[in-house]
Amino acid sequence: MSEEFKATTQTARPTDASSAHRKPSAKEQAWEKNTLQPTLERNPERQAEFTTISGYPIRRLYTQADLANWDPDRDLGCPGEPPYTRGIHSTMHRGRLWTMRQFAGFGAAEDTNQRFRYLLAQGQTGLSTAFDLPTLMGYDSDHALSEGEVGKCGVAISSLADMEVLFDKIPLANVTTSMTINSPAAVIWAMYLAVAEKQGADWKKLAGTLQNDILKEYIAQKEYIYPPEPSMRLVIDTFEFGVKNTPKFNPISISGYHIREAGSTAIQELAFTLRDGLEYVEWGMRRGLDVDVFVPQLSFFFNAHSDFFEEIAKYRAARRIWHKAMVERYGSKNPRAWALRFHTQTAGCSLTAQQPYNNVVRTALQALSAVLGGTQSLHTNSLDEAWALPTEFAATIALRTQQIIAHETGVANTVDPLGGSYFVETLTNEVERGAWDYIERIDAMGGMVAAIERSYPQREIAEASYRYQMDLDKKEKIMVGVNDFVSEEKPLDTLQIDESVAHRQAERLSKLRAARSKEEVVRRLNALRTAAEGKDNLMPFIFDAVKSYATLGEICDAMRDVFGTYEEVAIT
Amino acid sequence: MPEKKIRVLIAKPGLDGHDRGAKVIARALRDAGMEVIYTGLRQTPEMIASAAVQEDVDVIGLSILSGAHNTICPQLMNLLRDKGMNDVTVLVGGIIPESDIAPLKKAGIAEIFLPGTSTQDIIDFIHKRVSMH
Repeated sequence: MSEEFKATTQTARPTDASSAHRKPSAKEQAWEKNTLQPTLERNPERQAEFTTISGYPIRRLYTQADLANWDPDRDLGCPGEPPYTRGIHSTMHRGRLWTMRQFAGFGAAEDTNQRFRYLLAQGQTGLSTAFDLPTLMGYDSDHALSEGEVGKCGVAISSLADMEVLFDKIPLANVTTSMTINSPAAVIWAMYLAVAEKQGADWKKLAGTLQNDILKEYIAQKEYIYPPEPSMRLVIDTFEFGVKNTPKFNPISISGYHIREAGSTAIQELAFTLRDGLEYVEWGMRRGLDVDVFVPQLSFFFNAHSDFFEEIAKYRAARRIWHKAMVERYGSKNPRAWALRFHTQTAGCSLTAQQPYNNVVRTALQALSAVLGGTQSLHTNSLDEAWALPTEFAATIALRTQQIIAHETGVANTVDPLGGSYFVETLTNEVERGAWDYIERIDAMGGMVAAIERSYPQREIAEASYRYQMDLDKKEKIMVGVNDFVSEEKPLDTLQIDESVAHRQAERLSKLRAARSKEEVVRRLNALRTAAEGKDNLMPFIFDAVKSYATLGEICDAMRDVFGTYEEVAIT
Repeated sequence: MPEKKIRVLIAKPGLDGHDRGAKVIARALRDAGMEVIYTGLRQTPEMIASAAVQEDVDVIGLSILSGAHNTICPQLMNLLRDKGMNDVTVLVGGIIPESDIAPLKKAGIAEIFLPGTSTQDIIDFIHKRVSMH
C-alpha cells in the first residue's frame, strides 16, 4: 500500500476534534466536578472508549455546548424546506407512510410472479425485483457460465417473454416497481417498458425505480460488464430517455447499500454514494441535460445498519449535503432537485446464521432508524437470509415488522422526532463533515471514475472491513450469538431452489429462439451494434431489439462486441 | 531452517462479485504468516484447479455466497483429482444451507465456514490440517 493511501486511511476514523472546542456551561462544569468525577472514581466506565459500529468515537454526554455554532433555523430548518435535515416533505409520514417495498425474486419468472402477488395481497405497497446472477451479468440462463446459478439469487430473466410472465396480472400502471439491475439495466428497463406498453399503461404515468448505479458496482458489488466510460454512457442514455418518456420513473437509485455491505463505515457509505451522485449529475450536464429537469428523477438507496443513532445522523446529513451541492455546485433553481429521496434496506451483513430468530429484532431496530431518519421506502430483511433466500414465512414476518413500526409504535405521528437532540444534531454535523472531507478528496482526484480507476474507494472499504473483522475477533465489538452469548439452535427450514429452474429456462429459450423471426433479431442487433459505435442514445435501439425477442445475452453481447469488458485490479 | 510457508489459494468462483469475505480471509491468512494468492473474481472451476496446480498450494479457500456451491464444489473436486492434487485441503466459506453441508463434505470439502466464523478459527483449522499431511 502506498504512503498516500496509508495517510488517507487514517481520516476514515475521524478524531474527536470538536470536543476540543467545547465550552461547557458553568452548570455542566460543576456537574463534572461534583457529580461525575466522584462517580468515575468509584465506578469506572465499561470501556475506555465508546465508538459506533463504524469506529466513530462517541462522547459521554452531549449538551448545548456541542451545538455552540449550530443555528436551528439554518441547520435544522423546517421539514419540506432546505436544508431538509428534518425530511423532504412538510408532513412526512403523517401525510403518507413510507412505501413498504420488499425485495423479492427467485427461480423462474412464474415463481417470482407468485411471490409478488402474495406480497401485494399481504399489504405490501410496491414491488422490488431481485434478478439472478446470470441476468445481472448479462448472460442467458443457458450460457455456460450460468451453470448452477440460474434462479438462485433472484429471478432468471433472459428475454421479454420471461418479463411478460414476471408481471403477469400485475398492473404496472398502478404498482410502483423497482428493479435491482445495473450493468444490463437499460435492457431490463426496455423489457419492463415493453410489458407496460402491452398492458396499455401510459409511460408518462409509470412510477418505479431502476437501480442502474454502475459506479457502486466498480466500488463494491462488482457486477460490471463494460468499462466505466461506455457504462456511464448507457446510464446517461437512460436519464435522457427518462426525461422525455417516463417523467415519473427514477432511472437510477444511487446506492450506498452495497458499499456498506462490502464493509465500509457509515461516513464512507454516505460520502462515496453522494460523490457517485455528483458524478452522475456532472455526466448528465455534459450530455446537455438540464440539472433542474433530470436531477429530480434521481433517487438514492442507503443501508440501515445496527448503530441506531449513527444511521439516523447519516440520513439527515445526506439530505443536507445533497441540497448544498445542488445549489452551490450546480446552481440548481428547482427545489425538487435539492430534495434527496431515498430507499432503505436493513443490513444484510448484520444478519447472523447463529440464533437466526434474533435477526427479527435486529431488523426491526434497523428499520426503526430508517423511519426516524425519514426514508421514503423500506425493505426489511428476513430472519433466514444468512442461510438462503427467504421462505414465505420469513418474508411475511419481515413485512409485518414494518407494519408494526408504522401502525403500533407511534413513531410516524410526528415529523423528525429526534430533531433538536444534542446528540443527534452533533452527530449529524460530524457525519456531514466527515463525508465532505471524502467528497473533496475525490474531487481532487478528478472525480469518482478517476478515483475508482486508482482503487481509492475500494481500498478504503477493504481497510474498514478488515478493521471491523479484527474488532469482532478480539471481541471489541460484539455480535450476539456469534462472538458472545453463544448457544446451540435447531436448523431452520430454508427455501431450496433446484436445477429444474435451469432446465425450464433452457427449454423456454430454445422454443423462443425457434419461434421468433431470426432475420428481425439479427437486423435489430446489428442496428444496436452500429449505434453503439457512434454517439446516439442507445435506449431506442435496445427497445427495438427487446421487442424482437432478442435475448438479454444477445443484446449484451452486441454491446460487448463494441465496448469490450472490464477486469478490475484485485486488491487484498 | 525456517519452516516452509503454508500456501493458500483464495478463490471466488461463479458470477458473484461479493468479495468482502474473500478479501478479509486473504489478508488474515497473510497476517498469520501464510503465502496467499487471491484469484480475483469470476473464476471457473477449471481456472481454480489450474491455478492450484501452478501455484502448488496446500489449501484452496472458496468463497461462495451465490447458492451455486452444489455445482461448483463437486466440479472442482473432480478436476483436482484428475490433476493428481489429492492432498490439497479445500475449504468453503459463505452462505451454505445446513442441508448442503454433509453432501459437500462427502464430495471432499474439508470444512465449511459459515458467517460469523472468526478468522482465528480458520487459521487454526489450516495449521492443524496441513500439519497432518
